[in-house]
Amino acid sequence: MSLNEIYSELIRYHNKNQLNKKEIPNATISERGHNPSCGDDITLHLKLEEDIIIDAGFSGIGCAISQASTSIMIDLIKGKNINEVENILNTFLGMIKKEVEDEDQLNILGDAIYLRNISNMPARVKCCALPWHSLKVSLERIK
Amino acid sequence: MINYKKDFEVLQKEVNGSTIAYLDNAATTQKPKQVIEAIRNYNKNYNGSPHRGAHYLSIKATEIYEETRKKVSEFIGASKSEEIIFTKNATESLNLLAYSYGLNQLKEGDEIVLGITNHHSNIVPWQMISEKTGAKIVYIMSDKNGQLKKEEIESKINKKTKIVSVSHVSNTFGIIHPVEEIIKKAKEFSATVIIDGAQSIPHLKIDVSKLDPDFLVFSGHKMLASMGIGVLYGKFEKLKEMSPFLFGGDMIEYVDLYKTTYEEIPYRFEAGTQNVEGVVSLSVAIDYLNNIGMENVENKEKELLKYTLSRLKDKHFIELHGGNDTSYRTGIVSFNIKDVHPHDVATILDEYNIAIRSGHHCAQPFMKSMGFNSTCRISFYFYNTFEDIDRFIEAIEKVRGYLGYES
Repeated sequence: MSLNEIYSELIRYHNKNQLNKKEIPNATISERGHNPSCGDDITLHLKLEEDIIIDAGFSGIGCAISQASTSIMIDLIKGKNINEVENILNTFLGMIKKEVEDEDQLNILGDAIYLRNISNMPARVKCCALPWHSLKVSLERIK
Repeated sequence: MINYKKDFEVLQKEVNGSTIAYLDNAATTQKPKQVIEAIRNYNKNYNGSPHRGAHYLSIKATEIYEETRKKVSEFIGASKSEEIIFTKNATESLNLLAYSYGLNQLKEGDEIVLGITNHHSNIVPWQMISEKTGAKIVYIMSDKNGQLKKEEIESKINKKTKIVSVSHVSNTFGIIHPVEEIIKKAKEFSATVIIDGAQSIPHLKIDVSKLDPDFLVFSGHKMLASMGIGVLYGKFEKLKEMSPFLFGGDMIEYVDLYKTTYEEIPYRFEAGTQNVEGVVSLSVAIDYLNNIGMENVENKEKELLKYTLSRLKDKHFIELHGGNDTSYRTGIVSFNIKDVHPHDVATILDEYNIAIRSGHHCAQPFMKSMGFNSTCRISFYFYNTFEDIDRFIEAIEKVRGYLGYES
């Protein structure tokens, strides 16, 4: 896989612009995710009304892949209810583990589908999956 | 300048049209063919359980094992080979000291003095001991270049101090700490001094008879030998104050149903079947280094360091750590590239077959004290060349472009 595929326009855009990097006032839940081996340390903030994520953001530091993956995930889950988000989450983690390969199923991932290539890079899979694991823990806590 | 790469097959191997510029020697060094062949030769001709059998192979394995103990003691200037204990690595050596020395010696009101630049292996075991004994941990802080401050050494080591445990060379910035001063100060208060030599023994000539620490630890795999072999040096009088660390196997004298007496030093600290092939690798590694001469190893790395710093200093996108005074630096260069996380730098350089380290380098307290989370680190050994550095410099010019920034 070439570097231009890894550091695609999408990853560069999200990493540089940091659009979703923000604290959420009165967040319903904030969940920190940390990769001890590399130092990526990101906290995901979610604000819910009923079972809908009405706002989300993140704080912390990490590499371009972890930052972009978090930002893309936030774009994807905002405005969706818990069941929809859980479905997206399971599909994403399935894609990264190469357990879900059905294109129709993967379509619900929107831009996050472009993170698929990272699953071929053992050294960087953790960076990509970090915010998604924080989302998983958040959903478990909400339930 | 002699090119030693001919002895290192992994450094000659081509991947996607180029060889690897291996600049991650602080993590682990490569093994020369002499070491690889010696391990093969041992397994082919001499493999036996040491200290246990009456047969030829066991006796040969015992001879090799004990001859290497003597060789290690001579390599570091120990007064006798019984002061050398073989462990798995420097981390195990430090854990051994924490359990077998610290746990017995410390109590509430005592203080353990650590260097802020210490590797986690020289912090976490002491935190465990602190929790169990009530002894307090105190840190000697560093200046902005990562050098342990003189005034901190003066003030933190005092009558409460019972153990001082510091890295000789910081694995993050490659700073050589003033261990002579630290040892002198500790002795004023009869404190025990442990030196983590993981990043110094492979690169500098160390003579414990002159330096005079109570304990010194290091790992074989950072000095051309295999992974899984490490050393704990201890003054014999200090070793006598210690209880065994691991129990069982051949570390015993007599075992009754409910009571056991232990073997002599150093055997009482070497439970279970030992890593003789690792010891063989360490023996040949020491021969190899002695053949080059440790002064030559140090000088070569210093040349590489100076060359690298001169090539990096005018690059506007590079933030260099550790200062410009190369008199107290080894061949480690830690840096950051503006706007780019070190992990991304490492991934991009890997594409050019350049191996560097990125992250917190298992020294999180130090990194936090310096105000950052992670760095890129290149680290040399005597087999590196100016060409490796030129390739590295050429590649880092391209890094920011991949992340969409102008160079």
